[in-house]
Amino acid sequence: MTVNLKKLPDHKYVMPGNAACPGCPETMGMRYLKMAYGDNFVMVIPAGCSSVIQGIWPKNGINAPVLNIVFAAAASAASGMKAAFDMLGKKDVQVVVWAGDGGTGDIGFQALSGAAERDEDIVYICVDNEAYMNTGIQRSSLTPYGAWTTTTWTGKKEHKKNIPLIMIAHGAKYVATATVGYPTDFIEKLQRAAKIRGFKYIHLLAPCPVGWRFDPAKTGEIGQLAVKTGLFPLFEYAEGKFQLSPLSRRYKDPAKRVPITEYLKLQGRFRHLLNKPEEIKKIEEYIDSVWYMIDVLEKAFNPQAEAQKLLRTL
Amino acid sequence: MVVKTLTGNYAVAYAVKLARVQVVSAYPITPQTTIVEKLSEMIEKGEMNARMIRVESEHSALAAVFGAASAGARAFTATASHGLLYMHEVVWWAAGARVPLVMAVVARAIGPPWNIHVDHQDIFDQRDSGWIIAFAQENQEVLDLTLQAFRISEDPRVYLPMMVGLEGFILSHTMAPVDIPDQELVDSWLPPRRQPYVISPDTMYSMGNIAPDEDHYMMRYSMAAAMEAAKQVIDEVDKEYGEVFGRSYGGLIECYKCDGAEYYVVITGSWAGDAKKAVDSLREKGVPVGLVRVRFIRPWPRERLLEALSGAKGVIVFDRAVSMGSVGPLFADVAQTLYPLGISMKGVIAGLTGVDVKPGVFEEAIAGFIKEAEEGPVFVPSEWLLPRKYRGKYPSIPREVIAR
Repeated sequence: MTVNLKKLPDHKYVMPGNAACPGCPETMGMRYLKMAYGDNFVMVIPAGCSSVIQGIWPKNGINAPVLNIVFAAAASAASGMKAAFDMLGKKDVQVVVWAGDGGTGDIGFQALSGAAERDEDIVYICVDNEAYMNTGIQRSSLTPYGAWTTTTWTGKKEHKKNIPLIMIAHGAKYVATATVGYPTDFIEKLQRAAKIRGFKYIHLLAPCPVGWRFDPAKTGEIGQLAVKTGLFPLFEYAEGKFQLSPLSRRYKDPAKRVPITEYLKLQGRFRHLLNKPEEIKKIEEYIDSVWYMIDVLEKAFNPQAEAQKLLRTL
Repeated sequence: MVVKTLTGNYAVAYAVKLARVQVVSAYPITPQTTIVEKLSEMIEKGEMNARMIRVESEHSALAAVFGAASAGARAFTATASHGLLYMHEVVWWAAGARVPLVMAVVARAIGPPWNIHVDHQDIFDQRDSGWIIAFAQENQEVLDLTLQAFRISEDPRVYLPMMVGLEGFILSHTMAPVDIPDQELVDSWLPPRRQPYVISPDTMYSMGNIAPDEDHYMMRYSMAAAMEAAKQVIDEVDKEYGEVFGRSYGGLIECYKCDGAEYYVVITGSWAGDAKKAVDSLREKGVPVGLVRVRFIRPWPRERLLEALSGAKGVIVFDRAVSMGSVGPLFADVAQTLYPLGISMKGVIAGLTGVDVKPGVFEEAIAGFIKEAEEGPVFVPSEWLLPRKYRGKYPSIPREVIAR
């Protein structure tokens, strides 16, 4: 399945007057979401940048029905909405959670875990800008190693929490990674997710010019570099089968990856470690570990694998 | 109509079924748990057409029913004590969103230490949130009040969520005969769900994005106005319920032996039953005392109380909760209501943390207050009625400060 952007419905996806910063990845992502789902979905948005991007009541800059909800409760409120639509005979309405990395991996994690375990028939999108950007760039559990934030002045000391892997371990029906740098890949994944009943999780890497300290013209480019450096492999796990997305397949070979410094040097948040080879080495080792995990997942989750038995226990 | 012997919790469950609730979500907590156990059973046996969402916490339970209600379904949850405190944030969010909902709260003390017994501290902690808050005295009233709650919450003059309070164990786990109305009769009385807006692709509505401060202020104002309007709705619904089902309770307040009374007890919850026994006993001894049971904590029944107590010489208020550093919450509201009357008033803090208050203890406290008030004006905002084994061993607060 290949998506042709020109053939998608010509909506005003995100309305003029929304309050996003220049170069914001979230409005890019929302545009693609609406391209994929048309008019038959509702969004559940917990506290975060997307609460603000909607602009000022009584208007709303997102051209979709939105239920705003407290920070920790997005997956739960979405579960309730889906149950209501089922009871009211509107089974075809997609309920989409649009939550940040904090709302997903930190404060909203318990609700997310509950919804995944209950196999709620919703699409949960984590829009990962790797810190609490709305409150002013504070560290989250999804901030990467070494990144400066306003609560990690000398760089974060821990690696990023791997939420997609945790979702696979929950037995989620569909788990995928995507980035706003590759719109068609994201749209295709949204469309495939819509056809699956049960819990769907898409992790959308969303480079933030304000928090990552880069030129707002480069949002898409940095999203692509995250893939090309091998730092953020694009993959898809659907109903027990794991596969790398075509865009990431070539980067399985370390020799084909763009050096990580090309990614780091564009972002002010990594400026302090550019001249520290030992820090760069740590990030390179992290990339190796990411690919080791990809290898394990490919071997474990394919129709022939012995590990399919493992899956059934999940 | 069928009469069954039910616990207070099962009375809630039967009412929820009769109201044709479509989405239920809850998390276990003593003494609430048997409500959702019963509802799960009814749903799984196909006796009730609803979805049960068995969430991982109370915060999620209320968020799930809030989501369901926002999407247009009639929804219900129940909790108690720490569960209610854990969902506190969503309690406020649901009220501010003006989404009709019903929640049963099985009142229980708050730790530490762990304690599953009754007091009113958990429910009073939600007092300022914008929910309609009611307290039942008996199991039959629990069922009737839960049914009425859907009607009140979904009335276009109100559109606020409602909590139905019942005392942990005293009602929740105690069996009593309960009339269960016929489904057809309930269907004819309870209209299909009404709500101010529905979030759905058909409506394109959104809720909760940032509003200018002035507009947000006016949203708070409109909640206050809805609370005022709810007073009339509550009295109306109770009266109409009486006409259809043969039982009504007085609406916002219940007056007990108010005829000829000069002194009054003001109280809320099921321990009002014990206080009524004390009133009976005092009446037999010729003491002119009556009792007003506050059925609705919010909206506060100011007008009804002023009307009922306008001829009073004195009022004693029993609180099963306290605002630490101040007085009992029921007393605070009674005092601000009766201020213009300039009569004697006393607030008693008793029955906290499940400590039993027997009719004799009530009688002693009421008789003591009347004796004091007959001698001269009394104004005691809070007097702690200590458990019997500690009585007389500690100075009372606030007359002397404990400093050891």
